[in-house]
Amino acid sequence: MSDENEVMSTEDRLIYMANQIARNVAALGEAEAVAMTADHIRAFWDPAMKQRIALLAAARPGALSPIAAAAVGRVVAL
Amino acid sequence: MSYTRETDHGTPPAISTGRSVTLTIDGDTVTMPEGTSIMRAASLTGCSIPKLCATDNVESFGSCRLCLVEVEGRNGYPASCTTPIAEGMVVRTQSERLKQLRRGVMELYISDHPLDCLTCPANGDCELQEQAGAVGLRDVRYGYDGATNMGQAKDRSNPYFDFDPSKCIVCSRCVRACDEVQGTFALTIEGRGFDSRVSPSQGRDFLSSECVSCGACVQACPTATLTEKKVVEIGTPDRAVVTTCAYCGVGCTFRAEMRGEELVRMVPWKDGKANHGHSCVKGRFAWGYAQHRDRILKPMIRASVDEPWREVSWEEAIAHTASEFRRIQAKYGTRSIGGITSSRCTNEETFLVQKLIRQGFGNNNVDTCARVCHSPTGYGLKTTFGTSAGTQDFDSVMQADVILVIGANPTDGHPVFASRMKKRLRQGAKLIVIDPRRIDLVKSPHVEASHHLPLRPGTNVAMLTALAHVIVTEKLYDEAFIRDRCDWDEFAEWADFVSEPQRSPEAVEPLTGVKATEVRAAARLYATGGNGAIYYGLGVTEHSQGSSTVMAIANLAMATGNIGREGVGVNPLRGQNNVQGACDMGSFPHEFSGYRHVSDDAVRGQFEQAWGVTLDAEPGLRIPNMLDAATDGTFKGIFIQGEDILQSDPNTHHVAAGLAAMECVVVQDLFLNETANYAHVFLPGSTFLEKDGTFTNAERRIQRVRRVMAPLNGHADWQIVQLVAQAMGLGWSYAHPSEIMDEIAALTPTFAGVHYDRLDAEGSLQWPANDAAPDGTPTMHIGGFVRGRGKFVVTDYVPTDEKTGPRFPLLLTTGRILSQYNVGAQTRRTANAAWHPEDRLEIHPNDAENRGISDGDWVSLKSRAGETSLRALITERVAPGVVYTTFHHPDTQANVITTDYSDWATNCPEYKVTAVQVMRSNGPSDWQRDYAEQARHSRRIAPLEAAE
Repeated sequence: MSDENEVMSTEDRLIYMANQIARNVAALGEAEAVAMTADHIRAFWDPAMKQRIALLAAARPGALSPIAAAAVGRVVAL
Repeated sequence: MSYTRETDHGTPPAISTGRSVTLTIDGDTVTMPEGTSIMRAASLTGCSIPKLCATDNVESFGSCRLCLVEVEGRNGYPASCTTPIAEGMVVRTQSERLKQLRRGVMELYISDHPLDCLTCPANGDCELQEQAGAVGLRDVRYGYDGATNMGQAKDRSNPYFDFDPSKCIVCSRCVRACDEVQGTFALTIEGRGFDSRVSPSQGRDFLSSECVSCGACVQACPTATLTEKKVVEIGTPDRAVVTTCAYCGVGCTFRAEMRGEELVRMVPWKDGKANHGHSCVKGRFAWGYAQHRDRILKPMIRASVDEPWREVSWEEAIAHTASEFRRIQAKYGTRSIGGITSSRCTNEETFLVQKLIRQGFGNNNVDTCARVCHSPTGYGLKTTFGTSAGTQDFDSVMQADVILVIGANPTDGHPVFASRMKKRLRQGAKLIVIDPRRIDLVKSPHVEASHHLPLRPGTNVAMLTALAHVIVTEKLYDEAFIRDRCDWDEFAEWADFVSEPQRSPEAVEPLTGVKATEVRAAARLYATGGNGAIYYGLGVTEHSQGSSTVMAIANLAMATGNIGREGVGVNPLRGQNNVQGACDMGSFPHEFSGYRHVSDDAVRGQFEQAWGVTLDAEPGLRIPNMLDAATDGTFKGIFIQGEDILQSDPNTHHVAAGLAAMECVVVQDLFLNETANYAHVFLPGSTFLEKDGTFTNAERRIQRVRRVMAPLNGHADWQIVQLVAQAMGLGWSYAHPSEIMDEIAALTPTFAGVHYDRLDAEGSLQWPANDAAPDGTPTMHIGGFVRGRGKFVVTDYVPTDEKTGPRFPLLLTTGRILSQYNVGAQTRRTANAAWHPEDRLEIHPNDAENRGISDGDWVSLKSRAGETSLRALITERVAPGVVYTTFHHPDTQANVITTDYSDWATNCPEYKVTAVQVMRSNGPSDWQRDYAEQARHSRRIAPLEAAE
């Protein structure tokens, strides 16, 4: 994080949120972490957010961590 | 209820030994619990022994000598308040000799007391007057020419009560109430003999003393020495109605004592199971906002926030609201609108708001202010234990042997519970405090923490895991409990994780800043010190790892077997009066009432059948998601009941941008709050004094709120929501909130046994209250967890992304103060401003000196999100590198500074960690001046056109 004033865009925030979930469950090991991240997004994100993160995963490869990307892939199949 | 004073049995109930004693009082044979005083035993049998220094909320003292009795076979005349009953005892409370003695005592008291009863504010409500009558005093033989204490100056410094020492009989009830009930020890008796005087903080006036203005002394005073100013102004009450406080999550019950439609005073109800007759300065005194001139009493609308408000009829306001929401949905889609329920409103009102959104709006875009406080509690406790609730009742603390307080400041945030906790600590329970600040509990009169772990903000998970490391590696865990009640494999996985060397106290000391030896000692004490009870607050939840921290706490409690009985448990201290209830009522976008997910077909089917519509099976938007969607142009309308998101939510600039992007913002509130600056419709709300309903406190206790006066705005809040629903075509026809509760009970298994007749009969019920627990559930998870087996969850420490650096080298953490409440909308409009007229920035002397800052200087406080200015308070309560402020005043807008980082699981904002810089400044910032001007402009109300 730089010291500059920053307000995340909605898209950046969605990516940040998905990665943050993945990071917080990563200690469970990859398989369980992917499942938990996917379950979490499924249970708590509204449909438009789910759709948008899926589009972002396709449009910005590398923006999502491997766990988050795998989880998003499970939640929404484009 | 007409006015009668609550019965005072003179001394508290005996501590139960399980044994009884049979004796004779005035010829009647009675059986009472062992340890009961003669005075109380007599009172319970209907025999009132004269008394002055005795009252049943403090221990007996035996000073006034008015309660003397005769006991057969004993010499002299023992004081009935200090003499316990004994088997076979024969007591006489009336005799010629006793009459003579009591009259002599009373004569001495009256000889030094003004005889101005007719003009005294306590006339008719004075125990001295009453007892003089009871003992038949007709004359004072000593005359009034000698030295007296009459004519002493009154102390009127406290904004709520007067102290008139000339009327004091030095019974010490006020001193003892301050010591025993409140636990502040602010009062003392100064001098000896004739010169004895009640003295706040040894010779100070009340306002400048250590007195916290809880009013326990006023309630205890048997004369007009300590009298509420409102009683002086209005007179004594003529009726009383029991209701529940609308401030914090303790949920104190009060007798609202009225004279006609005018509230005279709030007196804590002795039968209140949350507060047992005690209160704080807010609940007892700070209700003047209800009649404040700033209250808006007429609905208003405007086409644009640049226009002044226009007062309209209720019919026009409601019709406009409904048509705007329907217009927006027609244009932008079903999910383009939503709403926010309020933790300040009743269960019935929050249930109706979420029903309006689910049934009427056709989506799940409902959220609540718990999003920004205890949403991680919901996630964490549901995951580990199976339901989102504290495990204990408040009384449980009296059985605790070790109390661990983390991220909470109960003496400021939950003062009535804190008094109870301090009482237990004075009895010998041990205390561990985990908090960056040296909060009052760390060291205050007769209370001192065994361990204070002043961790660096943002390192809660590392700290709790270090505690777990000690408990596991030193084999201090309760294997029998874990094997019996939890999943052993999950425990083993968790135990392996916390045992790794990098999670030891020594390894994390550089992160937390707390000495490893102190962490180890605290862990050993919690695990081995007997009943261990954990109490936590927003210092746990308002972090990027808030949910992980809640689960780490639950792990500790399960590992040590501190769950499922009295004296232990995991206890979230809820901030607002009905945070628990608002969450219970289905205010979150992913679940119905009773914490059941919207995707559950069976549950959703029940609601669909009851409400006659098809409901959305997908979760809705949380508050921050709504604001994001608004700035993106897809979320266009919001209904906000009793919540000021512009002041209370993080990153004010982002909240303002979201609100400004909407086409219809409807605010229902008492005042034109900061959010209303961006509103198009304002629906005036009603206070807790003006409506019926229920609140649920932090111990899951459902209590009645009772209307004591008519709503000044014309409608109770539940009626307003019903009007909106009806205008949107929903066929609601509730005649009374009890009917709403009946619907809640029918649709919510944990509330199945909750009905108004039962609440009125029992005083309160703690959910679950249903067929399985007809009398409610004071302690949860007895014999088994709600989810079956307790779940240990691995909680890895993930540092926040909010980092200090060269430009922002300090960490800001925020909180609240005793006299003010949240955004201050209520308390700022009371005399509580005397204690806290502005937000101050607490800064350590070293950090202040490095910046050339003196106490009281204006300083700028700047983060990556924004900048504001306020005055500095130099104090060692904060550690070097940490600064602290409150968020009670919109002039400061502390949330201009806070960022939009949030909890990974719930999006609860990370209020407690913001990297900032502090510099001297000349006064309010440009932004503050601009904001004040914008707010003034936005609050204009167009003058009514003259009738022709």
